[in-house]
Amino acid sequence: MAARTLIHVPPNPKRGEVVEIRATLGHPMETGYRPDAEGRLLPRDIVTAFSCSFEGQPVFSAMLHPAIAANPYLAFHWRAERSGTLLLRWEGDRGFVHEERVTVKVA
Amino acid sequence: MTDRSRRLLLGTPLLAFAALPTAHAQSTELDAAIRAWAAGAVPKDGRVILEIAPLVENGNAVPITVRADSPMTVAEHVREIAVFNEKNPQRDVARFMLTPASGRAQVATRIRLATSQQLVALARFSDGSIGQHRVDVLVTLAACIEG
Repeated sequence: MAARTLIHVPPNPKRGEVVEIRATLGHPMETGYRPDAEGRLLPRDIVTAFSCSFEGQPVFSAMLHPAIAANPYLAFHWRAERSGTLLLRWEGDRGFVHEERVTVKVA
Repeated sequence: MTDRSRRLLLGTPLLAFAALPTAHAQSTELDAAIRAWAAGAVPKDGRVILEIAPLVENGNAVPITVRADSPMTVAEHVREIAVFNEKNPQRDVARFMLTPASGRAQVATRIRLATSQQLVALARFSDGSIGQHRVDVLVTLAACIEG
């Protein structure tokens, strides 16, 4: 499934620097509590999990519930010790999976 | 004003609030959710801060930041941050798992609020202790549950 993301990672952090990573995913986060025009509840369709790892090592992860706003935005931190690739992964209802990779070169 | 009459004045609204059965039932649900998450540990006020505007104009996307007081080393770090609410359809808002590689115990996101209510952020530290911060927010436009 094609999903739109907006990811911000400082491209050239200094060794040992703690940087902020901001990630937004385009997704309706349909809560399952809203009725449609006929009064039937729209089925829940949310992103339930997010994770960020660096070269296989876990950095940060999240479990999300319907109380997270549409187009889920997460900002967290990472201590950049060496150059490599960050993997950002979203999982959700109806088999939703989306991955993005960001290469970081530590100065 | 004497100390005694001041205390009486302060006590009255609290008693009136406690007498509302619905509000009471929902806070009990909130406390039950926190107890289940805490798994035996007793949350103590402090060491974590939940930043949110006290007056929210649009409940559909409310920015929040949770920050805990921790050096985020292998020996001493925050393992998990959880956010609960009092009056949305579900008590859970989000849970964040942190590691020493996170470097800083701070997360931000945007949440939905169905009505004015209390929010609670909790941080579980690597020694097993738990810090909490409770914040009351006023919501003028609720997240659209009605569609």
